[in-house]
Amino acid sequence: MIDELTQTINIDQEKISLNWERGPMAMPTERLEELVAWGRASRTVGYVFRPSTVDDLRAVFGLAEASGRTVTFRAGGNSYGDAGANGENIILSVTRMNRILEWYPQTGRITVEPGVTLQQLWEYILGDGWWIPIATGTMKTTVGGCAAMNTHGKNGWQAGTFGDHVESFELLLPSGELITCDRQQNRDIFHAAIGGFGMLGCFTRLTMQMKRVYSGLIQVETYVTRNLAETMSYFEAHVAEYDYFVGWLDAMVRGRAVGRADIHKARHLAPGEDPMPAQTLRLENQRLPANVMGIIPNSLIWRFQRPFWNDFGMYFVNMAKYWAARWHNHNSYRQPHALFHFLLDYFDWDKPFGPGGLIQYQPFIPVANAEAAFGEIFRHCHKRGLPNYLSVLKRHRPDPFLISYGVDGYSMAMDFRITARNRPRVVQMTRELDEIVLKYGGRFYLAKDSTLRPAIAAAYLGDETIARFTALKQRLDPDCLLESNLWRRLFKDGGSG
Amino acid sequence: MNESSAQIERPLEPKKRAIIVGASAGIGAALLRVLVEDGYHAAAIARRQEALQELCTEINTRAARSQTGAGRAYPYPHDVSNSGEVPGLFQQIVHDLGGLDLIIYNAGVMPPVALNEYSFEKDASMVQVNLLGGIAWLNQAAERFERTGQGHIVGISSVAGDRGRIISPVYNSSKAGFTTYLEALRNRLTRHGVNVTTIKPGQVETAMLAHVKKRLWVITPEAAAADMLKAIKSKKQTVYVPRRWGPFMLIIRHIPSFIFRRLSI
Ligand SMILES: Cc1cc2nc3c(=O)[nH]c(=O)nc-3n(C[C@H](O)[C@H](O)[C@H](O)COP(=O)(O)OP(=O)(O)OC[C@H]3O[C@@H](n4cnc5c(N)ncnc54)[C@H](O)[C@@H]3O)c2cc1C
Ligand SMILES: NC(=O)c1ccc[n+]([C@@H]2O[C@H](COP(=O)([O-])OP(=O)(O)OC[C@H]3O[C@@H](n4cnc5c(N)ncnc54)[C@H](OP(=O)(O)O)[C@@H]3O)[C@@H](O)[C@H]2O)c1
Repeated sequence: MIDELTQTINIDQEKISLNWERGPMAMPTERLEELVAWGRASRTVGYVFRPSTVDDLRAVFGLAEASGRTVTFRAGGNSYGDAGANGENIILSVTRMNRILEWYPQTGRITVEPGVTLQQLWEYILGDGWWIPIATGTMKTTVGGCAAMNTHGKNGWQAGTFGDHVESFELLLPSGELITCDRQQNRDIFHAAIGGFGMLGCFTRLTMQMKRVYSGLIQVETYVTRNLAETMSYFEAHVAEYDYFVGWLDAMVRGRAVGRADIHKARHLAPGEDPMPAQTLRLENQRLPANVMGIIPNSLIWRFQRPFWNDFGMYFVNMAKYWAARWHNHNSYRQPHALFHFLLDYFDWDKPFGPGGLIQYQPFIPVANAEAAFGEIFRHCHKRGLPNYLSVLKRHRPDPFLISYGVDGYSMAMDFRITARNRPRVVQMTRELDEIVLKYGGRFYLAKDSTLRPAIAAAYLGDETIARFTALKQRLDPDCLLESNLWRRLFKDGGSG
Repeated sequence: MNESSAQIERPLEPKKRAIIVGASAGIGAALLRVLVEDGYHAAAIARRQEALQELCTEINTRAARSQTGAGRAYPYPHDVSNSGEVPGLFQQIVHDLGGLDLIIYNAGVMPPVALNEYSFEKDASMVQVNLLGGIAWLNQAAERFERTGQGHIVGISSVAGDRGRIISPVYNSSKAGFTTYLEALRNRLTRHGVNVTTIKPGQVETAMLAHVKKRLWVITPEAAAADMLKAIKSKKQTVYVPRRWGPFMLIIRHIPSFIFRRLSI
């Protein structure tokens, strides 16, 4: 007995894990971190590793195998739901693999490591007269993260998605093998890993084509519409005349005015339009003011917004935005690229939503049904007493990738505030919205999803697509080392679980 | 065990996960029942494999019938005297459950000890199960909860830890030690957003009470578990179960030693 007591007091960490026959190799608890989804509506705990080389990536795969844990890649952590979450398993953060490897300013071709952020990218290339072909609403996303979700910008109908601008990449498979994929070699993997939410392997090196620009400024025009019908018909009539097109809709207002919008249209300047491109292309001239009106630091703005971020306050915020926009209707001005694309980055966009955070719900609807679908969705949200605080309308086109949300039509990105009390009601409502979206032939975007069920995913992607994807995963990752909360929620076990 | 139901996590429908150490009988079994009814996915730990399996099956069958979003119980046979197993088993369970929100250390033994008996064997077993086992398990949880900034630790101590009495020197010491350990954990962890609850039951009608002659305010394990769940939900720091033991023990704690020495309690 005494022996036993002393033995248990001098615990040897190494031995413990091996002693317990059912248990796999112990994981280092110092790696445990809480990971919060963007928007703060959900959080998980995982063992986080941050390697800087491909060999170290392989070592983490080895640890995963030895410890019986699965691996999820994570980059900027800007997905709203669970794409970058892997509760109680391994999170392989690629943020430290962030070197720009090759850059050809004559041709605009660039090769980078996956953790390079869009901010790093544009700040590096702009001085040579290039811009990123597809910009997400935040520049904190990474090249790897954007390829994995196949992100879109405000130019989707004409420029496609992120994957359309990727020329080739290297993918590290769970076996440790590094393969090169492009539109000739490993064609099937190329089209499945882009948009494949990190389930086939890790991008370790990506080559992309950037977009030529002749100024650091972009020409922006605004237009205000009075209701959803006008918004949709204005988009359809004029979208082709511009490079970028986006509508900020008011979904808080009830009745006929719902869907009235502040539309921003923009085009790149042609050579010669900017008399001093060397100056406007300088980084210094892209920087935004650190204060609003020169007084309030941006980092404090959310404290002023916070009191308005509820159903009542947002009604007035949306209304004020609408009337302010009408006041400036038909405005036309030049703006730095960074300001036009990444305005949200200069504020803490999620903080005004309070401790429960927010989710986004972004359905993609074919042109013919878009107006009917969005109208029905807005009305349904009002009926359920859960109107959405901010709605952003964009135009898209279909894409050639396997896991695709692309449609020849529109997407509406809607922000819903989450509280401990409304959570079950939001979940219930999104299920009802899912049915509306499917009824109109719509699709969903996994980077923004928190609520889909396996049956809905199967309905919009099609059983055959899912079967093709899982077969490819079986081939590249036979031991199912790569899993995420998203994968388990929607696709594991053929989506039945 | 089929753990997939605990592992599928929907972002907006987070599951509640618990570990109960000492869950095969008595208070622990009753706690397991109320937690699963309340929606917890709970790992149940004790030595008796069959009793544990049977209990979990029964609880799960009932949970499957109820409409109200009940959780599930998962048996994990283990003897807390094997402290060396704890870190590996703890990690395994948390992995199987897909997370951890609550841990309850309830395992305890109180072998009958005669008034003139000084058996080291019996005494060591009480320290081993009531105190060292608690430290082995709760240290694991404390480390994890401190790192992740959330979680709830519950220790089932006893009114018996409030004073040293003639009939049970080492049971008293083990519970006093456990109570102090829990207090120290609370002082360490509150600042990290972790709750620590010390529960001190009075007398509960279980196998442990079988050889106890002096009885006062005895309640059923079900009644005890219901009170405990309430205390856990409202994140209490220290509670007596039932509550009337609170004022009573306040008096007992303040009886001066020169009197207490002469009493036969
Ligand atoms: C404010 C804001 C605005 C946004 N606007 C837009 C928008 O306009 N358009 C749009 O399309 N999206 C938008 N998003 C969503 C965002 O662009 C995507 O979620 C994107 O994938 C995030 O990239 P990330 O680097 O943060 O990756 P993470 O969110 O960390 O990861 C995303 C996925 O990529 C995988 N992954 C990451 N790195 C690798 C790698 N090296 N190899 C393989 N897989 C990898 C992960 O496993 C995960 O599944 C926005 C998000 C926010 C917060
Ligand atoms: N009953 C009371 O009046 C009373 C009063 C105050 C405090 N308490 C405390 O309440 C707790 C529960 O007591 P109870 O009355 O429910 O007693 P019980 O019916 O005897 O149950 C004790 C539980 O602890 C488990 N256990 C004992 N030794 C263990 C070991 N070595 N490893 C793993 N598990 C072990 C038992 O499972 P196995 O036997 O299957 O291992 C059983 O599930 C104890 O801590 C006790 O001190 C009880």
